[in-house]
Amino acid sequence: MCMYDISPERESYLENKKKEGRRERLCRICFLAVFLLLWEISARLYIVDPFIVSSPARIVGTIVSLACSGELFYHTMVTTLEALAGFFLGTFFGVLIATLLWWENFLNKVAEPYLVILNALPKIALGPVFIVWLGSGPFSIIMIALTVSIVVSILEVLSGFMQTDRGMIKLVKSFGGSKKDILFKVVFPANIKNIFSSLKINMGMSWVGVVVGEFLISKAGLGYLIVYGSQVFKLDLVMASVVILAFVAAVMYLFIEWSNRLLKKKSRHF
Amino acid sequence: MEKIIEIKDIGLCYQSEDSEVSALKNISFDVYKGEFVSIIGPSGCGKSTLLSIIAGLLKPSRGSVDILTERGLKDVGYMLQSDSLFPWRSIRSNCCLGLEITASKTKENLEYTDSLLKNYGLWEFRNSYPSELSGGMRQRAALIRTLAVNPQVLLLDEPFSALDYQTRLAVNDDIFKIIKNERKTAVMVSHDISEAVSMSDRVIVLSKRPGRVKSICTIDFGKNRGTPLECRDRSEFKDYFNSIWRDIDVHV
Repeated sequence: MCMYDISPERESYLENKKKEGRRERLCRICFLAVFLLLWEISARLYIVDPFIVSSPARIVGTIVSLACSGELFYHTMVTTLEALAGFFLGTFFGVLIATLLWWENFLNKVAEPYLVILNALPKIALGPVFIVWLGSGPFSIIMIALTVSIVVSILEVLSGFMQTDRGMIKLVKSFGGSKKDILFKVVFPANIKNIFSSLKINMGMSWVGVVVGEFLISKAGLGYLIVYGSQVFKLDLVMASVVILAFVAAVMYLFIEWSNRLLKKKSRHF
Repeated sequence: MEKIIEIKDIGLCYQSEDSEVSALKNISFDVYKGEFVSIIGPSGCGKSTLLSIIAGLLKPSRGSVDILTERGLKDVGYMLQSDSLFPWRSIRSNCCLGLEITASKTKENLEYTDSLLKNYGLWEFRNSYPSELSGGMRQRAALIRTLAVNPQVLLLDEPFSALDYQTRLAVNDDIFKIIKNERKTAVMVSHDISEAVSMSDRVIVLSKRPGRVKSICTIDFGKNRGTPLECRDRSEFKDYFNSIWRDIDVHV
């Protein structure tokens, strides 16, 4: 297509689309600005008690002082590393177990009710058990994150495996292919998209597990700061930690989105 | 003529939760080298099942299938209803799938595959992906994938049913030409009488379930039979069509 061939209709369509996008962004920023401003003003005028609801300025102040003392880096790092560990382990074992269950249908049938119950069970309930078994340290926290993310991961990936195109499997069989051929030549490549979408869920689950683990163990991490802050009624600290947590989680999510897009670009035919 | 497939008294029962279903009964016929045989019958009569049995993907409850070539079952190529091209592989890589699985990706075989791609107009699309090809070209690619492992016998399971009518007529000619060119024996399952008559040397009509051989119709358009599309214009065409139509149990 040539740049000079754009019809006036197309031009106005593109122009409108651009305008629409600009309006969306503007509204988003305005909403945040107004929200923060109202919060700050009502806290300053004591319409709401800043001791209980904190205020944007106080949150920023807290973050700055946390950063200066080095605590910000330390606690953020602890939480992030734990979440990453939970995420990677959950994904790895999730895919591994899903593969095993796909491979051996009998095993799948046997495991089915257990998986259903494990999926329904709030995995957080196992937190105290892990603490007793593994001690009150990062291992227990990672274990909680792992249990929270692994079951969804297994079910999600397995259902994708099971729905792999029958025709493609039959084709591999018609060439005399083994189960291994079916797994590596059809099932895995056909499910890359599906595995990626389970990564997004896993990441979120892993954050939940880690923060709850830190609530329970209360030694380090952003979850610890939140619990500690609420116990000593330093709501500035609680709010600051939540803001940091939101920020880190968003960065992580964007990273997965970005690598997903990279993969899509590389294999646009999937 | 040299016999290439011998099917002796095949029967198949399969068990379902509530009952035993008899799908095929007493099926016997032979296929000769270079022949094009079609199997036709009402839907659900077990014709695709029969093909799976010949391909060795399914074990019959009784009877036997003998492939009388040097390599036996390895000389049987299977072409499915949908082209089943892998969307994540390029056309050339798709065509090499059989070679990969049979661990025979030798230089010689790869050259043969490339020559098929060249001869049948897919060479310039070798690096394209299936989603970029038309339905007819995809079907051709699927046939080349089957031919790449150099089977003597091709089993075609309603290979054109996913195509629209016009494309289908063109692809009939296309695939027919390739099969004849490569001197392959073919057994095709179809539910389309005109398609079967226009392409085959013999049409085997199966009865409704349990499928049995109801009749075998020998199609003879003479020595210069021409393409399937040309056969549709011959005066004998409608006679063959009508005689097969009478044999098929159609229930509306």
